[in-house]
Amino acid sequence: MTEHPRDITATSPRYDVAVVGAGPAGLAAAVTAAEAGCRVVLVDAGQQPGGQYWRHPDETAPRGDESLGHHDWSTFAGLRTRLHGLVRRQRITYLPRRQVWFVQRPSTGDEPPAHTLHLTTAYAGADGGDDGPDAVTGDAVILCPGGYDRQLPIPGWDLPGVMAAGGVQALLKGHRTVAGRRAIVAGTGPFLLPVATGLAQAGADVVAVCEAGSITGWSRDPLAAAAVPGKGREALEYATALIRHRIPYRQRTAITAIRGTDTVQSVELSRLDREGRIRKQAGTVDVDLVALGWGFTPSLELVTATGAATRKDIDDSLVAVVDEEQRATVPGIYVAGEATGVGGAVLAVAEGELAGLITARDQRAAVSQESVRALQKRITRHRRFAAAMHTAHPVPRHWHDWLHPETTVCRCEEVSYQQVCGARDDLGAGDARTVKLMARPGMGWCQGRVCGFASAKLAAAREGRALTADDLRPTAKQPFAAPISLEQLAEGPQHE
Amino acid sequence: MADTADVVIIGAGALGAACAYFATEQGLRVHIVERGEVAGGTTSACEGNLLVSDKEAGHELDLALYSNQVWRRDLAPHNHLWEFENKGGLIVAATESGAQNLAELARRQRDAGIDVTDVAADEVHAYEPHLTKNLTAAAHYPQDCQVQPMLMAAQLIRIARERGARIWTRTEVTDLHRDGDSVTGVVTSRGTIHADHVINAAGTWAGDIAQLAGVHVPILPRRGFVLITEPLPRTVFHKVYSGDYVASTTSSDEGLQTSTVIEGTRAGTILIGSSRERVGFDATVSLPALRQIAAKALILYPVLAKTKIMRNYHGFRPYCADHLPVIGHDPRAPGMWHAAGHEGAGIGLSVGSAKLLVQQLTGREPDLDLTPFAPERFDLVEAS
Amino acid sequence: MSPAQQHGTPDAATTEPERFEVVFDGRPLPAIAGQSVGSVLTDAGIRSWRTTRTQLRPRGLFCGIGVCYECLITVDGEPNQRACLVPARPGMALSSTVLGNGPFDTAGETDD
Repeated sequence: MTEHPRDITATSPRYDVAVVGAGPAGLAAAVTAAEAGCRVVLVDAGQQPGGQYWRHPDETAPRGDESLGHHDWSTFAGLRTRLHGLVRRQRITYLPRRQVWFVQRPSTGDEPPAHTLHLTTAYAGADGGDDGPDAVTGDAVILCPGGYDRQLPIPGWDLPGVMAAGGVQALLKGHRTVAGRRAIVAGTGPFLLPVATGLAQAGADVVAVCEAGSITGWSRDPLAAAAVPGKGREALEYATALIRHRIPYRQRTAITAIRGTDTVQSVELSRLDREGRIRKQAGTVDVDLVALGWGFTPSLELVTATGAATRKDIDDSLVAVVDEEQRATVPGIYVAGEATGVGGAVLAVAEGELAGLITARDQRAAVSQESVRALQKRITRHRRFAAAMHTAHPVPRHWHDWLHPETTVCRCEEVSYQQVCGARDDLGAGDARTVKLMARPGMGWCQGRVCGFASAKLAAAREGRALTADDLRPTAKQPFAAPISLEQLAEGPQHE
Repeated sequence: MADTADVVIIGAGALGAACAYFATEQGLRVHIVERGEVAGGTTSACEGNLLVSDKEAGHELDLALYSNQVWRRDLAPHNHLWEFENKGGLIVAATESGAQNLAELARRQRDAGIDVTDVAADEVHAYEPHLTKNLTAAAHYPQDCQVQPMLMAAQLIRIARERGARIWTRTEVTDLHRDGDSVTGVVTSRGTIHADHVINAAGTWAGDIAQLAGVHVPILPRRGFVLITEPLPRTVFHKVYSGDYVASTTSSDEGLQTSTVIEGTRAGTILIGSSRERVGFDATVSLPALRQIAAKALILYPVLAKTKIMRNYHGFRPYCADHLPVIGHDPRAPGMWHAAGHEGAGIGLSVGSAKLLVQQLTGREPDLDLTPFAPERFDLVEAS
Repeated sequence: MSPAQQHGTPDAATTEPERFEVVFDGRPLPAIAGQSVGSVLTDAGIRSWRTTRTQLRPRGLFCGIGVCYECLITVDGEPNQRACLVPARPGMALSSTVLGNGPFDTAGETDD
């Protein structure tokens, strides 16, 4: 690194702790570190705190009860109140509507090893005319980037009216917008339930929830479920809501084709065997909204940009390797929330809080060892529950049997299943990176964030082997973590 | 692993693929050994240029003009497979002295056999409507072409396989099989292959392979970055670059050098380069290098100011001190052949280099004298 | 008492968010302060506002949270903005895109 000493120190304000993300983990991390005495900067792409999980209507233009559709809203409200207080007392610098586009690693010999986060606005005009810093430097950086719905290509999934379950939920929670009148929710995992009940409560006709797995799987590790009683209560509430709204919950069932011309008109359902093969057709249903989710994909590009080690988690997600104090393998980098393993908001808050305490302690603040241990215990309990959940809701092993040669795999570059297979079979591409560079899945606007998981799975499946972390890494490696204009890139110092 | 072949090619990049194509065309039994994936090295991190415009009179230009013919004649039936595009190049100048230098360069190139048209300042926009209006002159090079380099390598290997070649990916060459000074095969992580000829097409890593044969082939990495924009409707039609690019390709400076090279692709993205630095295999993204590239690109295309850059990539050009590749038989290690060290021109020069090498290997007189590219030439320089 | 009220956020019952119009391809659409462009279009029953480059397929909201870039739209002349993120503002001009917008739409004005 000696060749490239930091070029921006003069204009980049330096903080004890820089936190990225104002969702459950990031909020907890920022307020915890600040209350322990650290000077904190909190960078977030959202307009207001909450992240995807606690998304709520614009606080400056309230739309009725903002907690509508939320669990543990009081946790958020508490964190938000603390955040506001700390911002008022200038203990936290809060920078919303900003994305990190580049992580600059510390110079050799820099002690502590401070990383500089280069920032861009999340959309044109998002800075509201105020000139925030173009970069911030943190002696410690806590990455809490969260995640997004994991997707699998299905014939017809690129029709308008087909949305990620999380996107349907975001419209409901953030805008009170119901994305369709007659909806079906499909995929796998417990997150399908709040989406279905949310739609029904907002007045949509939800024709079914299709779960590719089976909830009997939950009972495989009863101790894990018992360890987190709150989760059981939550599941029970959703089950009650499904019954109240007469929403059928169809297990081992999947949408295997979506039909329509310019918008979705119907879906074909299939019953699956344990391995995810189609056992028999289960009819066609007319709908105008399809909400799909197959678990979550953590956002790993910032973790990867720091050079920190990653691994494949139990749910086949690429996640950051962290120790029992949320430390990544690179000095100065901490990770909390979904990026260490998908596990939900309660776990994310605990990890964020722990990361906040540890960074404060590393900077010689007095921190109660008891609090640290209590958090670690809570994290272990929730991790175990998350593992049980992932085991019960795997991505169906043979999902690619549902694809047709012409099925779109990469929505951005319109790469078909046939083209992906051709890169392997005709051109000898033996891994996901080579398939990507030859057939272009993952080379478009989203840079593989949507199809990257599926492409990795397909590459491994064509090789007849299990998915590995190396299959997932090419998508997580984004030399620019967000698009940046040529003009903005040109603005900074060009010499060392 | 099958254990005998006429030819073992080390490396499945552009050079290795082209060698496999021409060797199998001659009926040779070929095995390709690649430690990574097909086209996974420098071939996967370049623009796929087939240029004559960036060259001055000399041996490299002779090879470029020869290669240009190979692309257009020998490979004509296949060119659609790798998005071959005869887009033409446009060198532009923004100052009066730049215009003068460009006119002189064009005159020298014309004398050397390059097809080049002088373009007056007020005619430039007929070629490139979105270029800055602050230009003093340009030169148009109708022979310049572009291909998608990974597809080119992968398709050439596919054709070679149809002719019986075998490829071993994720297979590392750990040693060479020797008989005295002679090279008689390769030892790999999957076993040994005996062969009459071993072609070192290991690109930036070719020096290490040469060392296994006990010979010195000084190829060094020269890092380059490229920026890639969001997909746009066609905005840049030629390969457009500034006059100083020619100087930087022929410079041996170790420090960061950037010069503007801009071109559109079939996929709608625009590739913006380029930088050259000798920093070993350092893969750290250099923000100053990227900023310089961006700032210079904006001078030629102010219209791209708000265009989003989606990603960047870097590659390591295989660089020799005299800026000439290493092609042909190595008399210091009989049986050992090299096809490497083409720096930033490897895609364009690959097919010409490979065809000439195979001519020599099959006992024919090469269409172009390979002496200037002789692998032992560095020993002579260093001894003198 | 709702948790929101407990924690002292603005009292929803007494505050009516501002209502205004945005213009989509010349057509006025009702909007409420705080709504994203994507939400306004969805409420108006509009599901797609661009076509893909190669197959000219319709595209609209997909991920809904800024990840997929499927919902790109031109906002007040600025191409390729994410409809799911950009907040609607009074009088905002939205235009659908066929084949993707190029920077040359304004070439004459920006290049001196």
